[in-house]
Amino acid sequence: MQGDTIAAISSAAADSGIGIVRISGPDSFAVIDRIYRPKKGSRKLSEKKSHTIHYGYIMDGGDVVDEVLVMIMRGPGTFTAEDTVEIDCHGGVCAMRKILETVIKNGARPAQPGEFTRRAFLNGRIDLSQAEAVMDVIQSKNEYALKNSVSQLKGSVRKEITELRGQILYHTAYIEAALDDPEHISLDGYKEKIEDEITEIGEKIRRLISTADNGCILKEGIRTVIVGRPNAGKSSVLNALLGEERAIVTEVAGTTRDTLEETINLNGITLIITDTAGIRETEDIVEKIGIGRAREKLENADLVLYVADSSEKLDENDAAVIRMLRDKKGIVLLNKSDLETVTTREMIEAMIEREDEKAEEADGDSCGENPPEEEDAGKPNSRRKRVPEYPVISISALEGTGIDLLEEKLKEMFYQGELSQDNEVCITNMRHKALLMDAAESLERVRESISLGMPEDFLTIDLMGACEALGEITGETASEDMINEIFGKFCLGK
Amino acid sequence: MKRVEEWVDVVVVGAGHAGCEAALACARLGMETILFTVSADSIAMMPCNPNIGGSSKGHLVREVDALGGEMGKNIDRTFIQSKMLNLSKGPAVHSLRAQADKAEYSRSMRKVLQETEHLKIRQMEVTELIVEDGTLTGVRTYSGAVYHCRACILCTGTYLKARCIYGDVSTYTGPNGLQAANYLTDSLKANGVKMYRFKTGTPARIDGRSIDFSKMQEQKGDERVVPFSFETDPASVQIPQVSCWLTYTNEDTHRIIRENLDRSPLYSGMIEGTGPRYCPSIEDKVVKFADKDRHQVFIEPEGVHTNEMYVGGMSSSLPEDVQLAMYRSVAGLEHADIVRNAYAIEYDCIDARQLDLSLEFRNIRGLFSAGQFNGSSGYEEAAAQGIIAGINAARKIQGKEPLILDRSEAYIGVLIDDLVTKENHEPYRMMTSRAEYRLLLRQDNADLRLTPKGYEVGLISEERYQRLLEKERMIQEETKRVKKTSVGTEEEVQEFLRSQESTELRSSARLSELISRPELSYQKLSVIDRERKELPEEVQEQVNINIKYEGYLQRQLKQVEQFKKMEARKIPQDIDYDKVPSLRTEARQKLKECRPSSIGQASRIAGVSPADVSLLMIYIR
Repeated sequence: MQGDTIAAISSAAADSGIGIVRISGPDSFAVIDRIYRPKKGSRKLSEKKSHTIHYGYIMDGGDVVDEVLVMIMRGPGTFTAEDTVEIDCHGGVCAMRKILETVIKNGARPAQPGEFTRRAFLNGRIDLSQAEAVMDVIQSKNEYALKNSVSQLKGSVRKEITELRGQILYHTAYIEAALDDPEHISLDGYKEKIEDEITEIGEKIRRLISTADNGCILKEGIRTVIVGRPNAGKSSVLNALLGEERAIVTEVAGTTRDTLEETINLNGITLIITDTAGIRETEDIVEKIGIGRAREKLENADLVLYVADSSEKLDENDAAVIRMLRDKKGIVLLNKSDLETVTTREMIEAMIEREDEKAEEADGDSCGENPPEEEDAGKPNSRRKRVPEYPVISISALEGTGIDLLEEKLKEMFYQGELSQDNEVCITNMRHKALLMDAAESLERVRESISLGMPEDFLTIDLMGACEALGEITGETASEDMINEIFGKFCLGK
Repeated sequence: MKRVEEWVDVVVVGAGHAGCEAALACARLGMETILFTVSADSIAMMPCNPNIGGSSKGHLVREVDALGGEMGKNIDRTFIQSKMLNLSKGPAVHSLRAQADKAEYSRSMRKVLQETEHLKIRQMEVTELIVEDGTLTGVRTYSGAVYHCRACILCTGTYLKARCIYGDVSTYTGPNGLQAANYLTDSLKANGVKMYRFKTGTPARIDGRSIDFSKMQEQKGDERVVPFSFETDPASVQIPQVSCWLTYTNEDTHRIIRENLDRSPLYSGMIEGTGPRYCPSIEDKVVKFADKDRHQVFIEPEGVHTNEMYVGGMSSSLPEDVQLAMYRSVAGLEHADIVRNAYAIEYDCIDARQLDLSLEFRNIRGLFSAGQFNGSSGYEEAAAQGIIAGINAARKIQGKEPLILDRSEAYIGVLIDDLVTKENHEPYRMMTSRAEYRLLLRQDNADLRLTPKGYEVGLISEERYQRLLEKERMIQEETKRVKKTSVGTEEEVQEFLRSQESTELRSSARLSELISRPELSYQKLSVIDRERKELPEEVQEQVNINIKYEGYLQRQLKQVEQFKKMEARKIPQDIDYDKVPSLRTEARQKLKECRPSSIGQASRIAGVSPADVSLLMIYIR
């Protein structure tokens, strides 16, 4: 919709030195006035001269969100030709998201893909000869966003949102059917009946929203876990990737007793890397806890880096690690290429194959005991065979050789879509979150209307609002669904 | 051979509810108008249910009246029972419904037509359109006569290639055995018009003497009747009313139906048309809602001078013997005698996406259409389109811009926008849930919304318009006054609040604050509102609604503002969608079919995504 105020993170959504959150539209200055507190003085930004930069804080109520530089620019001398505010914050996806959230809470809405460009064009900032290019950008950005949005909303969350929407739609359709055909369908006592349910649906939505807040750091990257038997050089690999000594590296096996987490950026791809304790049979309690955590991390990982020691023979501990890797995307790092080679690429591949065969037999036995959790069409297949097979890369974490090959491989996997941020339990998309908040607010208004004793037809206005917001997440449109629901579920008519 | 040849301004084809409103609008706007019907005895006939109005349809009738149409006045003259539905709900869904005396309704409408200047009625089948260079110039009749005209409005209802069916019996007639129109479809197709085939149905009519009403619940009309028309004197509609009766189907009824399903033309595939889901036949209900052990049946009188009773809720196309057994299984109908069988009817209609919002064919200029021909259903939907098509045909001849009501202005706007924008696979019925701004589109304020437009068009008299302005002024002043006026904590006020079970005041409060309390209203406050002037009831009602629901109304007004922005972005009518880069194929296809007039309309087409809309916005700039 043209004419309202939009906001988005406009630097790449990866870690970079500085992040930019951009706001454009008639209320840009009103929004920034609400959330900006200057370092010195107290004048509102909206009263400052155009095209000036200011140093201060973004505030969420009484809390400082981040220390920022704010540039204010009055239209039409801006990219979009509208009033525009740019907030330069500390890079970091999390900081940018927090700021964007605050901006949205205070009156802007998340921009659609390509919307800044579209506005720039519509307001005459880009000339007609560029139109075609702009259009392609919008369509492709939209497709990307759509794909991204769908992939970010898999499994349980999607199911839950669809279910909640279904419940709301049912009640809305019931009330509407009764309004259309009052002599066939009675609404006596219906308000009381749905009040608790509306409250419950509202709470479930709020819970989903809270996963977005808690999961912020965790979710904005590819969750990568480094595993391997003790002293295979996992921490050295992490350090090589980080380029600094963060994990403790000693020659004593079992030094990393807990898990360490680091965010790194490789070629614009954000990895959240967890170094884990080496996996082995142990009596040490502290170490046992560490291994338990490693398994947990592994469960949720998008990518596994399995570090094997090429200077030693593969043993039972390696086999244990390989067994844990089943169904995971991963890369095998054959570390210590600076030492004499004892274990070769072929030997590792042979072990993986052996373990797979064993597991397959075991699957046959235990079938029925452990049914697949999700109805994911891809999964049964991957249980049979490791697809794709693990690439094996020879490196020396100590000397830093082979790390570039790893980076190349990661890039390749990411851009070929093999790696994605598959977060089934969390809301990670800003737009999804804003829509969930809309839905929760609509339901709040329904409750308010009930408590004010408003007639039922007022309830459905906000119920429809909630349906529309949730439908935008799942890609369903409310108006036709509603009519279908009315005809499908309720018997009306002459 | 010599043929009759005449010149008129407007030809209207069909004298049902759409045709009557269309012809009246044209003639009243000074157009020489000729109205063709296959039967001059069947003008404004009600071939199905004997009522006008009902949820959201009542709104349409009010809107037609507010624009200067006839339907509201005609039902006020001829109703035999009236009810305001949904009174326990909010004002936006209050809806009038009246039982009509069918014969009287028809007779009364015919009289109005006959007394209207510039309007002639002609009993004759129109068989052919005369189109030259994409413009309609006249029509040809079965007799070979040619009527040259400057505009033509097709309101053929369910008559095009009509076929009535029950069991294995079918007749090639329109409703009630009237002559079908079997030629016009071919002429339309020859001119490139895309046709659909739809289906609907009606229940049997039963001899009132054979019904045992003691086994049914009586359904009376309202004690105080509210007229449909803003011009009808409320005193004139306080008349003795007849009753309707409620009974139910039962397991036995359902068994009879189930056992004979194989003999239903609906299930044997003999009927090819698409039927409406909101008006299912009883066999559909029994199949689809198998868990329901009974369905309501309303027995409604068809008029005062007939004993025929309409069996609401039991339309069917089952064979005659099954119909008889099925009706007789219902409590009170054990000895029922059928006067007219239930039947399904199939007919040709158009894909209304070929029309502009003005209801003019995009590819045949000067040709308009309204009613069931456009894929809608219902008398009220037909009348609503009829008056708009009539107004726009006249305006076209006058060289004026068409009258287009948008979705935020009227149910009529929602109806027409839906018809010409969305792909429609069943007869379209109005529903309140289709109107996204329904809090603003109430039946009580139809005059405030639309009468100024009717005045501008020329269908509303100066006197009526002045009365409206006076009403508006009173509403505004009084709303302002109650927002300013305060009452204190004096005992009289507290006593009043106690009597209404409302919380007592701690300090003084504005009248408007008290009105917005759920248990109070503007009307109730008259006791403590000393300065209040005597105001007409309808003014009081508006003040009460304005104050009581102010928050909700404001919110909808804001949404309307956004909506209007998108509607205001017009798409040039000569746009070539093949030249818009990057559109997805589906979107391109749908846009070509509908050819929306604005970005807003484009965004409502199923299959056109927000990204496609963006592309369109960029392209047209």
